[in-house]
Amino acid sequence: MILLVVEYANGKVSKSTWEMVSAARELAHTLPGESPVTALVLGSSLASIAAEIARGVDQVLVADLPALAQYDPELWSAAVAQIATEGEARAVLIGGSRSGREYSPRVAVKLDAPLLEDVIVLKAAGESITAQRYTYLARVTETIAATGPVVVITIKPGVFTPASPGEEAAEQFDADLNLPTPRLKITGKTAERSSRVSLAEAEIVVSGGRGVGSAEGFTQTVEALADELGAAVGATRAIVDAGWRPYSEQVGQTGKTVQPRLYIAVGISGAVQHLSGMNKSKTIVAINRDAEAPIFKIADYGIVGDVSQLVPAILTELKK
Amino acid sequence: MRILTYLRQVLDAEESVRTTNNAVALEDSKLVMDTMDEYGVEEALRLRESGIEAEIVAVAVGAARMTDALRTALAMGVDRAIHVETDIRLDAIAVSKVIAQIATREEATLIFAGGQQADWDSHALGAATAERLHWPQVTWTSALELKGTTLTGKHDADEGSESFTLELPAVITTQQGLNEPRYPTLPNIMKSKKKELRKETLDQFNVAPKLNFVGAEIQVKNRLNKILDGKDVPAAASQLVDLLRNEARVIA
Repeated sequence: MILLVVEYANGKVSKSTWEMVSAARELAHTLPGESPVTALVLGSSLASIAAEIARGVDQVLVADLPALAQYDPELWSAAVAQIATEGEARAVLIGGSRSGREYSPRVAVKLDAPLLEDVIVLKAAGESITAQRYTYLARVTETIAATGPVVVITIKPGVFTPASPGEEAAEQFDADLNLPTPRLKITGKTAERSSRVSLAEAEIVVSGGRGVGSAEGFTQTVEALADELGAAVGATRAIVDAGWRPYSEQVGQTGKTVQPRLYIAVGISGAVQHLSGMNKSKTIVAINRDAEAPIFKIADYGIVGDVSQLVPAILTELKK
Repeated sequence: MRILTYLRQVLDAEESVRTTNNAVALEDSKLVMDTMDEYGVEEALRLRESGIEAEIVAVAVGAARMTDALRTALAMGVDRAIHVETDIRLDAIAVSKVIAQIATREEATLIFAGGQQADWDSHALGAATAERLHWPQVTWTSALELKGTTLTGKHDADEGSESFTLELPAVITTQQGLNEPRYPTLPNIMKSKKKELRKETLDQFNVAPKLNFVGAEIQVKNRLNKILDGKDVPAAASQLVDLLRNEARVIA
């Protein structure tokens, strides 16, 4: 079987999970023999999540336990490794989220399996599973191959086309787990503002950097443009560090990776760490004062000029 | 206590990437200590400077160039260095086996590693090492304090950040924002030349790569590069919106 671990948020299966379903189906087609796709749902109060994913896979395993109310890398890796072993999984698919990327290496070590990280293309070739992934801060595309009875794979979000739920619901089973006692104690969380569409799911992203001038400048340019376009809002590391914007909006090496249909960079010069988080966007627009800024090299369209004047003029134009 | 800090020497992020023979070419390019690893070196030094009695050992696994990262760490202030030298390309899961054995042998109780490698873009080493040692881990740490055997701090999670507490032993992965790494001073560079940099061979660790590297290529998406002059603000705005609506067809 191919095991995939369901990611969900706010009572709904995440888009990243439907992308994993596609990746699992593509892999299943190229693997010899039958490879049913099994979804594993970990957490607490999961009935609606389990019912939703049941319409996308061949079988659902549910571990609905108070002990799993909060994500923990040791709990999640123990649960996934146990289910993969019992089900003799050929591949274990995990989301390329921050949590997925931190517990997946533990699963690989527990299973003595190779780990393919942040995969963008996946297929079986004879005895091995080959994958493509980005390296060198997303400037190089690398092909790697893993051989072994089981391979652990994280799927880069925003790359595979999300699968659509079908009419029929797969059967659900309860998973019986032996769980360790978590040692990492989470004592507080930052609140997340989310009135707009999330960065990971957005078709259009408007991002701002130092060139917007100030936190107020960001609101007047980037947020105004995002709201006009129904877009998500992104930010560079520099202005997150400066406290202008929350970390949840950060795009780049240490933030989120996005691949929207349209990415508008406002007042962003284009440090390589930022580019690595957005350089696969379909169409890139840059608005910046400095004609030499690296962002223009990867832009499809751009304007060299004053952001504080140009963005209001663009808004006027959009409203026409 | 003993702290291990894991290091790699990688292509400077500001350098352009080239490939030859289906692999990334590093010849004639500027190489530096991976900046993500540098935060771990700095954090270990700061823990010691805060009054904690600790020996700090820098560890690298890989090609001869890794020695340069270790020398930088010695010059920054770490006490000694171990280089397991090999030209075999080892993935993070394989390397974690080496680091775990060194940690056990050295009786280390705290390990620092960068949150993401600047060359292979891997996040796996810290967590994989923690698993082999049966230790807990915290990834993407942006603030850290050690009192007795208790670590407290902040780290980035799926959405936003979290505060945590954790008992040693532990693996911590580091990132930008944790601290400002120091530059080696000339006296420290001179002193570091007398420090131990031990070379070891890979064979004693019983490790083989878990992945085969098939090839690497640079796929550059051709961009249109239609850059307008914004001196005439209304004209440039109108032209851009027209291009996005009618040429790219990305907005309504």
